Amino acid sequence: MSQADLTMEGHPAAAPMSGPIFSIPSKKFAMWLFIIADTMTFSACLFAYGFLRNGAPNWPRPFHSITNVAIMTFILLTSSLTMLIGVRASRAGDKPKAFLWIMVTAVLGIVFALLHIREWMGLIGEGMTMFKNPWGTGLFGSAFFSITGLHLTHVVSGVIALLAVGLRYRTGRYNADDIEVVGLYWHFVDLVWMFVVPLVYLLNLNH
Amino acid sequence: MHDTSVHAAAHHGPPTTFLRKHVFSQDHKVIGKQYYALALVAAYVGMFLSWLMRIHLAWTNAAIPGLQLLSQSGAPGGVMTPELYLQLLTMHGTIMVFFVLTTAPFAAFGNYFLPIQVGAEDMPFPRFNMMSFWVTFTAFLFLMASFFVGDGPSLGGWTQYAPLNAVGSVGGPGQGSGVVLWAISIALFCVGQLLGSLNFITTTLDLRVKGMSLMRLPLTAWAWFITSCMGLTAFAVLMPACILVILDHVAGTSFFVPSGTVMNDQILPHSGGSTLLWQHLFWFFGHPEVYIAIVPGLGIVSHILLANMRRQMLSQRVLIYSMGALAILSYIVYGHHMFVSGMNPFSSLVFSFPTLVITIPSTIVVLIWTFSLYGSRLRINSASLFALGFISMFVSGGVSGFFLAQPSLDIMLHATYFVVGHFHLVMGVAAMFGIFAGTYFWFPKMAGRMMNETLGKIHFWLSFVGAYCVFMPFHYLGMAGNVRRYATFVDDFLQPLIPVHRFITIAALITGFAQLIFLFNLIYSHFRGPIASQNPWEATSLEWSTPTPVPWNNFDKHPVVYHDPYQYGVKSSVGDYVMQASPEQVETEHDEK
Repeated sequence: MSQADLTMEGHPAAAPMSGPIFSIPSKKFAMWLFIIADTMTFSACLFAYGFLRNGAPNWPRPFHSITNVAIMTFILLTSSLTMLIGVRASRAGDKPKAFLWIMVTAVLGIVFALLHIREWMGLIGEGMTMFKNPWGTGLFGSAFFSITGLHLTHVVSGVIALLAVGLRYRTGRYNADDIEVVGLYWHFVDLVWMFVVPLVYLLNLNH
Repeated sequence: MHDTSVHAAAHHGPPTTFLRKHVFSQDHKVIGKQYYALALVAAYVGMFLSWLMRIHLAWTNAAIPGLQLLSQSGAPGGVMTPELYLQLLTMHGTIMVFFVLTTAPFAAFGNYFLPIQVGAEDMPFPRFNMMSFWVTFTAFLFLMASFFVGDGPSLGGWTQYAPLNAVGSVGGPGQGSGVVLWAISIALFCVGQLLGSLNFITTTLDLRVKGMSLMRLPLTAWAWFITSCMGLTAFAVLMPACILVILDHVAGTSFFVPSGTVMNDQILPHSGGSTLLWQHLFWFFGHPEVYIAIVPGLGIVSHILLANMRRQMLSQRVLIYSMGALAILSYIVYGHHMFVSGMNPFSSLVFSFPTLVITIPSTIVVLIWTFSLYGSRLRINSASLFALGFISMFVSGGVSGFFLAQPSLDIMLHATYFVVGHFHLVMGVAAMFGIFAGTYFWFPKMAGRMMNETLGKIHFWLSFVGAYCVFMPFHYLGMAGNVRRYATFVDDFLQPLIPVHRFITIAALITGFAQLIFLFNLIYSHFRGPIASQNPWEATSLEWSTPTPVPWNNFDKHPVVYHDPYQYGVKSSVGDYVMQASPEQVETEHDEK
């Protein structure tokens, strides 16, 4: 290489390109890729659910009201909004405000999880398990607990991530970019719920 | 980009302790070698299992000395039971597809060379990279553990079809703990490959050095990038499928077992599940997986042929597009594995069409290779021979794909040795040849020493002729009606085929021993081979402009890329090529932007 350097004068052989095409920080990019992979995972689960539901002659419709799921949805949607405020504040450099709203988001996530567990306990109390329920094919419980369980796992990990990133953001170990990355994840968890609600709850509503 | 790669490397300084240096290393080069070692061990284990199966098929009642050590109940007196045959078959397939064909060309070579080829110091997430390997290693341990736990490994084959995969031990030995271990292993493997893919994609797009535009990426880098895009989406589907299998075993669910299933004179308590669901989930992963195994090979073979034919590819751009087309099409052809599964016959027609279409990009790739080779003065060495062998296997195996792609023909050929011959040639042996070619080509960079060429050529010719002797007769067997996965051939119409099986077994044993020559060459050259220079093949891409052995942060100073990756057949101050990182101006045939 060095001998080539000596022979050259003026411009190099081919102009090196200017600027990257994807000038996006690696962490943020990786989060987007994770979201793609996770979308595939949820799609596979929802596909399996639809496939089994179509094939089952006695699929139950156990839900009588949408009050609980509506409240849960409202809380999760609100948490996306508070997350947005938090991300904006962190980008503007307002650390206390950003921290406050991230914590509010985490608390809303905890409330969602608690409501969800309460709902689970109610269904379990009515005799529903992973493999049987009083209303129809046992697959309903399998699918319901698997899909909402997978989502709940995501919410709980999201809450833990929010708390960890939020606290470290306050101490200065993490910066606004990290808040944005965890925000991306949180919005994704919210978005997935928007698919779970119609497919798993509304389709199984007893009119 | 420049800044990011410095930033990425700043995550970890040069390691000092032995553990950090060689075991829990975050250096992509060490991780690449670890993956290679894992694949090497797995490949020989898988090959050994295939020997046992082949011996049993050719001499059904012969006792294999020592077989009872592997499984007491499976081989009373050393004679293999049908159950043990199926267990070996499952392990052979799973080990080979996941732990050899995925790890070696993709995870091993990709880890080692992708960051170097794009000019990065390391991957952006070294800790994830380390986890990727150790999770995959744990997955391998889980799989191997099934030999020693309960009543042995699963019987279900690497595809683990439902309902057998979900009924538990009533389905036979290994269907209880064996399947659970299998599913845990594969779910872990998926996690490992997801972490790897995440790193590969971010490395390719984010960490390219100054001057490295997308079209200046070497074809190997493109192949690994495309493969990692497939890995990211395909493994993310197999993982939940495996978890559903585990739930069927441990949580009492019934995702994959239909109501009223009777097995071994028992009515199963499961109800409502679907056997087809597993096939949909599995093959949605399974078909991209075939291309995850073969696309890195396409890249490696192109890379090696270019360096040895000393001229440019007919069209590098079309080659890249074809690999991309293969990746995209691989998601919509998966139903061709299910033509006779009870799926709606109309769906078969729908899946048949893209299956035939996918032969177009494959053919384009082969045509580009052959026309580029035509009239070139190819340097014959072990690497280029194996690259040529890859093309041969890819074509021979691909041609039988035309037959299998048609539902009407597949009704007869499905689940016969015709299919076994087809996929062994087109993805098994071809991908193996890609791995061998890559090993002979990159060994000087990875180990700092040259491999023995004479042994390499002997290895090639024995493997090449041997692979054809083993797998070509499979097609004949299949058309004669020889069903796969049968442990013995007692039916009258199969009796005349047994001599063919004996021929295949002898060929398989000889071909297998040829692989020991490779192993010897690998180990011997690692310690005693002649010291390799920085660029022994006079190749152009960035891995050859870095010193041998490669320093901890890959480059003494950040390279700048001035040229397309394959500027061969030009006049420069160093010979008939110009390095990508050399600023020297040369007359080029065409400089693709």
